[in-house]
Amino acid sequence: MLKQFGIYFILMSNVFRRPDKWSAFRKQLMTEFYSLGVESLGIVAIISVFMGAVLAIQTAFNIDTPLVPMTMVGFTTRQGIVLEFSPTIISLILAGKVGSRIASEIGTMRSTEQIDALEIMGVNPANFLILPKIIASMLINPFLITISIFLGLFGGWLACITTGLVASEDYISGLRSWFNPFSITYAMIKTVVFAYIISSVSGFFGYTVKGGALDVGSASTKAVVQSSILIIIFNLILTQLLLT
Amino acid sequence: MIEAKHIYKSFADNDVLKDISISFEKGKTNLIIGKSGSGKTVLMKCLVGLLDADKGEIDYDGRVFSGMSPRDKKRLRQEMGMLFQGGALFDYMSVEENIMFPLMMFTKFSSGEKLDRVNFCLERVNLKKANKLMPSELSGGMTKRVAIARAISMKPKYLFCDEPNSGLDPQTSGLIDDLIKEITEDLEITTIVNTHDMNSVLNIGDAVAYLHEGKLWWTGTKEEIMDADNKELQEFVFATELTKRLKK
Repeated sequence: MLKQFGIYFILMSNVFRRPDKWSAFRKQLMTEFYSLGVESLGIVAIISVFMGAVLAIQTAFNIDTPLVPMTMVGFTTRQGIVLEFSPTIISLILAGKVGSRIASEIGTMRSTEQIDALEIMGVNPANFLILPKIIASMLINPFLITISIFLGLFGGWLACITTGLVASEDYISGLRSWFNPFSITYAMIKTVVFAYIISSVSGFFGYTVKGGALDVGSASTKAVVQSSILIIIFNLILTQLLLT
Repeated sequence: MIEAKHIYKSFADNDVLKDISISFEKGKTNLIIGKSGSGKTVLMKCLVGLLDADKGEIDYDGRVFSGMSPRDKKRLRQEMGMLFQGGALFDYMSVEENIMFPLMMFTKFSSGEKLDRVNFCLERVNLKKANKLMPSELSGGMTKRVAIARAISMKPKYLFCDEPNSGLDPQTSGLIDDLIKEITEDLEITTIVNTHDMNSVLNIGDAVAYLHEGKLWWTGTKEEIMDADNKELQEFVFATELTKRLKK
């Protein structure tokens, strides 16, 4: 375990170096924006809409006293989506989708000697392959999470009006009640930290693959599991630090 | 010229290289041969710096590679080209982009100059008009030729080929061998080829080094190898039924 931490930090010290060529780095970055960000939009959208809808229905279902106004449904959905569901759950989903992709892509390059080829050419492979993925994830994930928040709230509204559990005006009024802008800052800080965890941990497991196809598959699984565990741990740490 | 002096390398308790001292001359195709597990690949990886030798020194034309700073190593590596066993082409890039990659990273060539160099390299390996193909569309022989084109795109002084004939039919193997020899002589470079293919040895082996159980067992030329008075080498050279019959 300690050895793995050591290898991770040595790898990161090679990742966070000045790129060999800025134009190549920019090109890689654009590719990663597309493959890690744009290609994740579909799954983020679907999950967010359904997550918001379920959250709204569950909240409405649990309000069984007339003393609690129905605006609470909108309020609770917003708080749940902004504070926890979008940044954490979507990051966990991305750990599965993006994390496995990063680990298997880099792992395959390792097992087919493409990383050795980069090294022989005089390129810093860790920097060339992993840095654009980390930077792209840290920049694009806040956009994905912002979209997820909007779609989650929209999903909640859609569920309310289609089931008739809550009036549209009540839901919207709830959404606008007692809004603390810091909750958005909190969500974005979590998102950026989780994006770093997903890309760097997956990059690490891919980069350190030894062997063939089976080992690449195993590295990919480890990347998803470890990223998910770290996200959950850092979720607690960040919540404690930022909200108390 | 590349010189390896007293190279030792071990993994845990397994001593893979034991006191290897050898020099590889410029303008010649230097072959390292030996059975699987004899340490050929480890020696080549030590030479190019993919593995650090436990002990010993590696010199490139008098420049001590093993003791260089990472910056100097990086500069020297731009003088190296390597052909990997499986080609190691970047599978998300086309043939043209693969060959252009080192030029893009380390030269200030204009787009036109880069393309000219790519076309020259492709022509050199007899693969004209393959620019837009993807690695997945190439045959084994084509992959090796594109990998050679990429390896020579930066006009290297040192060319390393790890099992260039593995997985190829005898005819294509011969073509790859001829290509390596031609390039070595035309560009006056130091070429080191790692192989256990006896056809290659007899075809292009200007200088041959035989490794056995991590030790340098024999050195000589392709002419000398057939009559070498060395039991292990003779067993290796005449291991197949065909070579045994030819000897008789």
